[in-house]
Amino acid sequence: MMENVVIRTVSRLAVPFIQIFALYVIVHGASGAGGGFQGGVVFAASFILMIIAFGMPNVRRRIDNRGIMWLSVIGIAIYAGIGFLALLMGGNFLEYAAIEAALGIPHLHGILIDLVEAGIGIAVMAAMVSIIFDIAGNGEESS
Amino acid sequence: MKRKLSIIITILMIGMLGVIVSGLTFGDPVDHPMDRYFIENSQEESGANNVVTAVLFDYRGFDTLGEAAVLFTAALGASLIFRKRRDD
Repeated sequence: MMENVVIRTVSRLAVPFIQIFALYVIVHGASGAGGGFQGGVVFAASFILMIIAFGMPNVRRRIDNRGIMWLSVIGIAIYAGIGFLALLMGGNFLEYAAIEAALGIPHLHGILIDLVEAGIGIAVMAAMVSIIFDIAGNGEESS
Repeated sequence: MKRKLSIIITILMIGMLGVIVSGLTFGDPVDHPMDRYFIENSQEESGANNVVTAVLFDYRGFDTLGEAAVLFTAALGASLIFRKRRDD
């Protein structure tokens, strides 16, 4: 592992900002430019920066492969779950208007889209990080 | 000799591609009544201010669910192929 103070310090400063920006992009999906896919990829980029700066073992200590796979499943389950919720409320699959009509809450439609975006963001982030984890190896032989 | 021939063939192919692409008309999409419908009605119908989001997550929600599933499957495939197991 190469010791590089500059890279480590800058990454330590940059990673929280990248993650906040990723959450901003995900939350802004329904009202402006943004969305779950883009935000998820930005969030995964922060993990990749952490892997480059601190090495794979340090990052793996925080999140392991099993947890990442569970996150990926949970993200898609949120999306499909909202779809089945609409089915349960008497609409078609993924018909958000049926949930809004059944519960009687105004503007629920946009909130449900935001929830779906959050699920997509979690799933995309977990998929990207999982691929990096598997391809980059354990980090014992290099960096 | 073979190397020179391959370079010449590559240049010829790139030239042909350039000639074909320069003949196409870009930035001239056909006007369709569907486009105007989305722009005018997506805000009331889907509750999203962003038309792209309305189309992606509401009108084509099923498609987006499939996209997420494809990404998940890609991650699963990478795990299956590249993950190191303890026993070997």
